[in-house]
Amino acid sequence: MQTFDLAAEPLRDLNQNLHNQQPGTNDAGWEILNPKGSHAVAVGVNAPLDIHVKGNVGYYCGGMNKHGAITVHGSAGPGVGENMMSGRIIVKGDASQYAGATGRGGLLVIEGNASSRCGISMKGIDIVVGGSIGHMSAFMAQSGNLVVLGDAGEALGDSIYEARLFVRGSVKSLGADCIEKEMRAEHIELLTRLLDEAGMSNAGPEEFKRYGSARKLYNFDIDNADAY
Amino acid sequence: MSYRNPPTTPRKSATFDDYTLSEIRRAAATGIYDIRGGGAKRRVPNFDDLLFLGASISRYPLEGYRETCDTSVVLGTRFARKPIELKIPITIAGMSFGSLSGGAKEALGRGATTAGTSTTTGDGGMTEEERGHSDKLVYQYLPSRYGMNPDDLRRADAIEIVVGQGAKPGGGGMLLGQKISDRVAEMRTLPKGIDQRSACRHPDWTGPDDLEIKILELREITDWQKPIYIKVGGARPYYDTALAVKSGADCVVLDGMQGGTAATQEVFIEHVGQPTLACIRPAVKALQELGMHRKVQLIVSGGIRSGADVAKALALGADAVSIGTAALVALGDNDPRWEEDYNALGTTAGAYDDWHEGADPAGISTQDPELSKRLDPVAAGRRLANYLKVMTLETQTIARACGKSHVLNLEPEDLCALTVEASAMAGVPLAGTDWIPGQIRY
Repeated sequence: MQTFDLAAEPLRDLNQNLHNQQPGTNDAGWEILNPKGSHAVAVGVNAPLDIHVKGNVGYYCGGMNKHGAITVHGSAGPGVGENMMSGRIIVKGDASQYAGATGRGGLLVIEGNASSRCGISMKGIDIVVGGSIGHMSAFMAQSGNLVVLGDAGEALGDSIYEARLFVRGSVKSLGADCIEKEMRAEHIELLTRLLDEAGMSNAGPEEFKRYGSARKLYNFDIDNADAY
Repeated sequence: MSYRNPPTTPRKSATFDDYTLSEIRRAAATGIYDIRGGGAKRRVPNFDDLLFLGASISRYPLEGYRETCDTSVVLGTRFARKPIELKIPITIAGMSFGSLSGGAKEALGRGATTAGTSTTTGDGGMTEEERGHSDKLVYQYLPSRYGMNPDDLRRADAIEIVVGQGAKPGGGGMLLGQKISDRVAEMRTLPKGIDQRSACRHPDWTGPDDLEIKILELREITDWQKPIYIKVGGARPYYDTALAVKSGADCVVLDGMQGGTAATQEVFIEHVGQPTLACIRPAVKALQELGMHRKVQLIVSGGIRSGADVAKALALGADAVSIGTAALVALGDNDPRWEEDYNALGTTAGAYDDWHEGADPAGISTQDPELSKRLDPVAAGRRLANYLKVMTLETQTIARACGKSHVLNLEPEDLCALTVEASAMAGVPLAGTDWIPGQIRY
């Protein structure tokens, strides 16, 4: 286990050190102390490292993560796991806006609540939120799965493409072109797997409702102008 | 003989001219606004409204072909560990694979590399064609984040955060379904054949304070090696430039309303944003007030056509220019050799702007395999390199005539304006006077 104290050394050295790690390293465990809300902690990780951030982080923690397993033992600021490619990020506390924005792969778990625009423009990532999410979540979501054990705010899935949304609680309102869809066996199977991977298998997949695209805005039609 | 009153000549309205009437009829028939490519077509004050003074008794010129006139520029000297060194102050603007064919992107890379300059990706990610053929490639970071990934960030030579573009400041993009081939769909993580909307705002930052943190993240991901540009449309150049500097940019790319787009509403292109000529001096003023002129480099684009335009942009304070539409024309866009095909599309060579429809007779703004074959990337790249060299020679010719041993030594004092409007916008005296509207000079 390697330890890096952000109170003693600069952020630039931390990320450079993480980037210098080779995929086959036998010393893949990292502990980051005193983040104290620092931005861009553990961004651009490119190896299967197991990183534990001991405290709260600011913007973009784990941004563009590839292969890394990052656990934030605290809460995360805006854009946690933005554009992540693969690997896993777990936030033990709450997350601010844009969690998992444009994420392409891997698993982002937020054990607490997430704020607005969770999963905005997601492109293949799986996001599991233990609590509730704010307004405009999954806006223009292209691909991937968003699972919410609590409630969803206004305009969920506005202008959504092919992402799948699963919400256990209430949805304040659905955005343009987002509709409730049938929960089929394949979705129960998918949900079971995601809840298990997120360590939240105490929630039953049959308790969720599925939401996705009505696909009415996929090609411009003047008669849909009111929805644009 | 009966007397006939002399008829009056039929008179068409200046307000309701033929184009306006045709647009009203088109809108009434289709129920949709007109979408097209390119930049503003209306006449706006531009570089043609400026003239160089040349040398005189008080300024002596350099000997053409004998005394050197340096054209090299270095971009990204503020923070980046690896700034970009270019042989010429003319770069190729961002244009996407998707809007352009793979062969066209390859040709842009070939031409730019031969001329010693950079080319730029677009909204759709980085292709092997352009990375492989571009010695220096700028990777655009756009609101859609189509194709964005850390590997391409690291193999780029610079990163350009696109906030806006001159054709549509405040607007997003739209790639219509007919151009979404399997490859384009895969790169953008969307189904084939659907309209692909590019957002007008970034998904994970809002405002200059957030932007500063976003730039920090990108620098940390790339170990502070890459220059980071911020591209803005010509909306509020003074404030946008100041805020880009505040946010930590290495370079500001400023795109006036003549700058092209692959597809946007005609009303947006013609009615939003400021002419390129009007944008440069406010941006330079912001840099000078912050003590950052020449430290944060300013790259100007939008309607640059010749070495004269390049020289004028540099004289007004830019460090480099960028070309898009002119580069496509050099490749073969709107070439009269395809006139019959243009006619079949209801247009004519020189006016074709339905780039979004994917039926480009020149094989440039298309994903149709057969049409794409019409463009030979090697020959087209050669034409672009020739054109860039001519522009560079022209720029040097003017700079030498003004007594400058480096093109960046050109200055506003080398210029005068032909119109009151251009004089006010460029901040140079009206020809034959020492008057600049709005300025008190003693």
